[in-house]
Parts: sequence; C-alpha cells; structure tokens
Amino acid sequence: MAQFEIKRLIPIHLFGVDASFTNASLYMVIAVVLITSFLIFAMGRRSLVPSRFQSMAELSYEYIANMVRENLGEEGMKYFPWVFTIFMFILTLNLLGLIPHTFTVTSHIIVTFAFAAMVWITVTLIGFARHGVGYLRLFVPAGIPIWLMPIIIPIELISYLIRPISHSVRLFANMMAGHTMLKVFAGFVVGLGLIGGWAPLAFLVAFTGLEFLVAFLQALIFTVLTCIYLNDALHMHH
Amino acid sequence: MELEAAKMIGAGLACSALIGAGVGIGNIFGNYLSGAMRNPSAAPAQFTNLLIGFALAEATGLFGLLIALIILFG
Repeated sequence: MAQFEIKRLIPIHLFGVDASFTNASLYMVIAVVLITSFLIFAMGRRSLVPSRFQSMAELSYEYIANMVRENLGEEGMKYFPWVFTIFMFILTLNLLGLIPHTFTVTSHIIVTFAFAAMVWITVTLIGFARHGVGYLRLFVPAGIPIWLMPIIIPIELISYLIRPISHSVRLFANMMAGHTMLKVFAGFVVGLGLIGGWAPLAFLVAFTGLEFLVAFLQALIFTVLTCIYLNDALHMHH
Repeated sequence: MELEAAKMIGAGLACSALIGAGVGIGNIFGNYLSGAMRNPSAAPAQFTNLLIGFALAEATGLFGLLIALIILFG
C-alpha cells in the first residue's frame, strides 16, 4: 500500500551501504523537533499557575515519573530520562501517523525491532553490570523442586530471548493493522458511492477516534514493559 | 491444489490465533471492570497491571498475525 512505502528523499551511499535520507528519517526528525520545541516552549515561561501548554508538559512528565517510581523505586529515577524519551518519541510517531497523507514510522517492523532490541540490550547490560554472573539466576526461579529445573530453565530462557520480538511485534502489528483497516474501509466508502457510502464513513470516523486511543495505549504499553524489564535487571526478585 | 491458493488458506488459518487473543482481552477487561465496580477505590492502582495483562494476551494473537503476514509476503 502506498502509505507504507519508503521513498528516498536524499540518496546517500556510504561505503556500499544505502544510508539514504528517506521519508521515515524525515518523520523521525519532525518528531524530535516537535517534542523538543513543545517541551521548551511549554516550560519557557514557568509560572505557579500553569498555562495550558505547561500543564500538558507537566502532566506527561509526572505520568511517566510516577510509573518509573512505582515500578523501579526511587533508585530507578536515574533511568527516567531514557524511559521518558522512549515514551514521547513513540507517542509522537504514532500520533503523527494518524494525520492523513503522513507516514507512520512505527508501522515498520524494522523500526520497532530496533527500539525493542535497544531496550533489550540495554537492560541485559545493566543486569550483568549490577549483578555480574549472578544475573543468570534470573532463569532459575526460587522455590521450585529440583526435578522441574530441566523444564523451567529452558522455558525461562526462551521467554527472555523472545522479549525483543514480542515487544516489537506488538507495536508494529497494532499500528499496521489499524492503518490497513482504515484503508480498507475508505475503499468501501468509495465503492458504495453517494448512496451507501455514509455507513462506512461513520464507522471510519469512530474508528479514527479508537486509533487515537490505540496510538496512546501502545506507546504506554511499550513504556510499561520497558519499566518491567528494567525492574527485572535492577532488583531480581526470583 | 495450487501453491498460491494453499498460501491464502494457510494465512487465513493462521489468523485464527486472534480468536484466543480476543477471548483473553475480553476476559481481562471484563474482570477488571467487575472488580472495579466492587471496589472503585482500589481500581486505579491496578491500571498498570491491567495494561500488562492486556499486552501479554494480545502478543500471543499477534504472533499468529505475524505468521500470516510471513506466509503472504515472506
């Protein structure tokens, strides 16, 4: 479908690698500029009684800060900038894609897989840095009988290794399925014409509202799961 | 049977994984609501757990969808 096509805007070839500036790169740059200017503009004239923009910025900041504090405790707050960046970036990319004729960066599996792999590698490195080889105890839950070990350990190992896949596929599949469904119903509107086209059009409007919820929810779930994985690495509760 | 037709049928069958995801997500939100109706003051604290359960239930169904996409376009 045309909306998922990647176009090269500025072709760049470095040492045989295609590093072109595509429309995906353009939308990532737009997202970064939007987030930065929003936060700087909103917090530029700070006042005790916040303006609308200031309260929007404070709301998003406090929401993620509370989530990090609940999941990771006070010592986890040093990872807050990282988690907040992930949340704002994915949320902005999801919402940008809902504007007609724009490109949804998060509807490409390679982009979300890069996000998830970044989270997974970081979390694993933090775990090994904090606990050393003892981090491997994560795969051996406490209090289970010894004869269950040969079954439990492979299961735990697989569920740990599959994390980047499930983490990325969730975001990608939700965004792609939503946009495909909008496209299919838009086709119904055109196909049924002036007489019958109003019913799918009404559904389309309602479904676009639902897509806004999904865009927010998927960014939130990605962030919550990042916090949970980070919690595994910081405090091994097994 | 032609390969192309078999591929289409296989992709359709792979999408049936979404049945389980639908049942699971409905279960989670239904139980959350019935719990929240009984004790509304405890509901906001469990919202994060609700989202985790939702995400985990959905992921299994989406694996099926992914298989369907791989069959069709892979």
